[in-house]
Amino acid sequence: MNNKLQKQLLKRSKAAKLERWGKTISFLALMLITVTVFAIIIFVASKGLSTFFSNHVNLIDFLTGKNWNPNVTNSKGQPEVGALPMISGSFVVTILSALLATPFAIGTAIFMNEISPHRGAKILQPVIELLVGIPSVVYGFIGLTVVVPAVRSVFGGSGFGILAGTFVLFVMILPTVTSMSVDALRSVPRYYREAALALGATQWQTIYKVVLRAATPGMLTAIVFGMARAFGEALAVQMVIGNAALLPTSLVSPASTLTSVLTTGIGNTVMGSLQNNALWSLALVLLIMSLIFNLVIRLIGRKGAMSK
Amino acid sequence: MNPKLSNRIAISILYVIASTIVVILAALLGFIIISGLPAINWHFLTSPARAFTAGGGIGIQLFNSFYLLILTMIISFPIALGAGIYLNEYAKQNWVTSLVRTAIEILSSLPSVVVGLFGFLIFVVQFGFGFSILSGAFALTFFNLPLLTRSIEEALAAVPNEQREGGLALGLSKWETVIHIIVPAALPTILTGVILSAGRIFGEAAALIFTAGQSAPALNFTDWNPFNISSPLNPMRPAETLAVHIWKINSEGIMPDAKAISSGASAVLVISVLGFNLLARFVGHRLFKRFTAG
Amino acid sequence: MTKKRWIQCLLLVGLMILGGWAYQTRQVNKSDMTITAVGSTALQPLVEAAGEDYSTHHLGTFINVQGGGSGTGLSQVQEGAVDIGNADVFAEEQKGIRANRLIDHKVAVVGITPIVNRSTGITHLTTAQLIDVFTGKARNWAQVGGKNQKIVILNRAQGSGTRATFERFGLNNHRSLAAQEQDSSGMVRQIVATTPGSISYVGFSYVDKTVQAVSLNGIAPTNQNVANNQWPIWSYEHMYTGKHPQPLAQKFIKYVQSREIQNSLVRRLGYISMADMQVTRDGHGKVHRVEAGHE
Repeated sequence: MNNKLQKQLLKRSKAAKLERWGKTISFLALMLITVTVFAIIIFVASKGLSTFFSNHVNLIDFLTGKNWNPNVTNSKGQPEVGALPMISGSFVVTILSALLATPFAIGTAIFMNEISPHRGAKILQPVIELLVGIPSVVYGFIGLTVVVPAVRSVFGGSGFGILAGTFVLFVMILPTVTSMSVDALRSVPRYYREAALALGATQWQTIYKVVLRAATPGMLTAIVFGMARAFGEALAVQMVIGNAALLPTSLVSPASTLTSVLTTGIGNTVMGSLQNNALWSLALVLLIMSLIFNLVIRLIGRKGAMSK
Repeated sequence: MNPKLSNRIAISILYVIASTIVVILAALLGFIIISGLPAINWHFLTSPARAFTAGGGIGIQLFNSFYLLILTMIISFPIALGAGIYLNEYAKQNWVTSLVRTAIEILSSLPSVVVGLFGFLIFVVQFGFGFSILSGAFALTFFNLPLLTRSIEEALAAVPNEQREGGLALGLSKWETVIHIIVPAALPTILTGVILSAGRIFGEAAALIFTAGQSAPALNFTDWNPFNISSPLNPMRPAETLAVHIWKINSEGIMPDAKAISSGASAVLVISVLGFNLLARFVGHRLFKRFTAG
Repeated sequence: MTKKRWIQCLLLVGLMILGGWAYQTRQVNKSDMTITAVGSTALQPLVEAAGEDYSTHHLGTFINVQGGGSGTGLSQVQEGAVDIGNADVFAEEQKGIRANRLIDHKVAVVGITPIVNRSTGITHLTTAQLIDVFTGKARNWAQVGGKNQKIVILNRAQGSGTRATFERFGLNNHRSLAAQEQDSSGMVRQIVATTPGSISYVGFSYVDKTVQAVSLNGIAPTNQNVANNQWPIWSYEHMYTGKHPQPLAQKFIKYVQSREIQNSLVRRLGYISMADMQVTRDGHGKVHRVEAGHE
């Protein structure tokens, strides 16, 4: 009798076993993702770094050079792989589209969450989900048939360029930024609003002075997340930006981004050759940039948490 | 300024912004559908594509898109759910967790063409899956996991802590609490995340060009044995999806009616996503009702 | 709970039986009956159509054709990952490829022509003018006999076979100015058709009434002029295999090169049949006349 009880007490209960199982399985799922990410990072890094180690391209030349012509060697006997035009193109397009999208996204999020939750849920939520659902190929196609001619007739030039890219990216990142801003607003506790309104604040004062302040880290995360998406978007931008490896001089002259050069070139190069490695170096720059975006998010989040 | 006045101004500006977004979407949808609708008919939706003569359809591509979406969801949803649960319920707040989170976010901002090439080298070449639906599904899984994991984690985090405490107080283990209380409570939100990512998968082209391939061999729709090469269910056959088809027609299409086909296919793509959203919304609504009232 | 377990078990067993049955009754497909061809997107429609034709004539064979670009095709066939690499450049011209490890099978010829937007008023140019336009010496169409309009250059992507051919034989090895780039012919045509003052180059099959093809030194871009090399801007379409190709790959390439396909599909897709060519050209650009009666 005593023995049996002892056994029963010492043995793991069914629930405890299940608990272990559940924890292990969910942990394995997470590990799977992590391992995949690191595999991709190592893969991209090993390919991207071989431009510098096995093809002996100078890192400074790569980052500051203005000529992108991997097939051609320059006077110093080094291949022309200056990535500055693409790097600056990517940055300009990303920052401009984020600047354009932020007021719209945050305004819509406030409208959906604070002003008219009913209409928000009934009309705007489906609208945003649909905007996410429109594939980048279709955005690119519309950009090509509507945005580019419009830019051309208003500003002159060929119509291809940073401005067209900005407009297309603006619509593309809008839903991402909006839905994440909605999440940020939603996580602000209800009693913050109640307290502010009880103090006699108007609705806008409540939103502006209390809700937005409390949701700032979440909003910034949303914006940087949108920027990261803009930075990595390939097909749509490639169709409208013109893909000219030139330093951007005006908003309506053709430019290029890291992704557009990567997408156009990768099928035409041979695995392991310098031309191919140089493209992977661009991918590595993309990776490092998204790392930096993440660090920025973290810093903002930490500051926001401290001042609260 | 008078607080009441500024309140009114601010709120009307917000109205304007919100309606602008609706107008943008309406214009986009209107453009896509109006330019695509004339091309759509039963023949277009069911017949196979033609390489260089007019009159081709998108039947096979449409089926491939749905099949690939389902397969990707079957692979990625359990992984994302597990990872989301671990991150939100079990993970300690330390540097390892934050490293993992960063890793996931990096994966989500990788350009899909890089994911596609990685998938190409790993699945198509290394594992010998060839250009196949399976390779495509794995590549899309990479592409889908970060977004889905994130939205599941957020959905779980939004469930109030009282629910957890209630479960634990009833003597349930943590895992049982998660499975029986937290996940069902978060289900409508999780579903929204699934729809959002499904839309992204459905329209993805760049990651599939090098994995699921750009050709759609003829299928025999009476043969449902997944081991036959011409069966629609065979996961090892190459499968061009609708989005890839649009991309291909726009870039190299030499059929005389390329423009009509590409706008028709775009319209079908967008309408599918629309129908998909409505369905999921309906199901989510039903689920929410069942869990809250029953 | 136990009842639920039972149903679960039963379902599982049922699924396994179904799977086993499906596996047993599958159509047996020997692995040597399937080949994969990867590479040039320009060549893809031809190989795809020929592959479908071949499969209907030889039941049970399956030819899997994918795009991905000439570079991908050549590097994959070099590594033995695929059976056939489709390319629109000579393997010798592609950096990183050991051409002596591959066998070249030429299956068609494609002529490439400059195209301009119709508003430029240009219908013919000389080679010197073409070089001026693409190297930036001429900035306005008025300088080369057109209307007063700014020249907008549109290039194919770096490493594209069409661009390599155009710069080599159209611009006499001059490098084009850094300008807009697009990675596909369809897109190039669409942009040239809609952008005032634009110029680019595409394969003959992409020329339609939305753009203006340009004659060069008084010679029109026609198949006839390519066949006798009066129009110098043309290239071969290649299907590369390894040194020891699969029997099916060999048979299939023979089929593509056969008179039947050359006279039907190849022409219908806007290529120039190998049989029509009165000259041959090697990887170094050396042209030889073909003796009459010799294929």
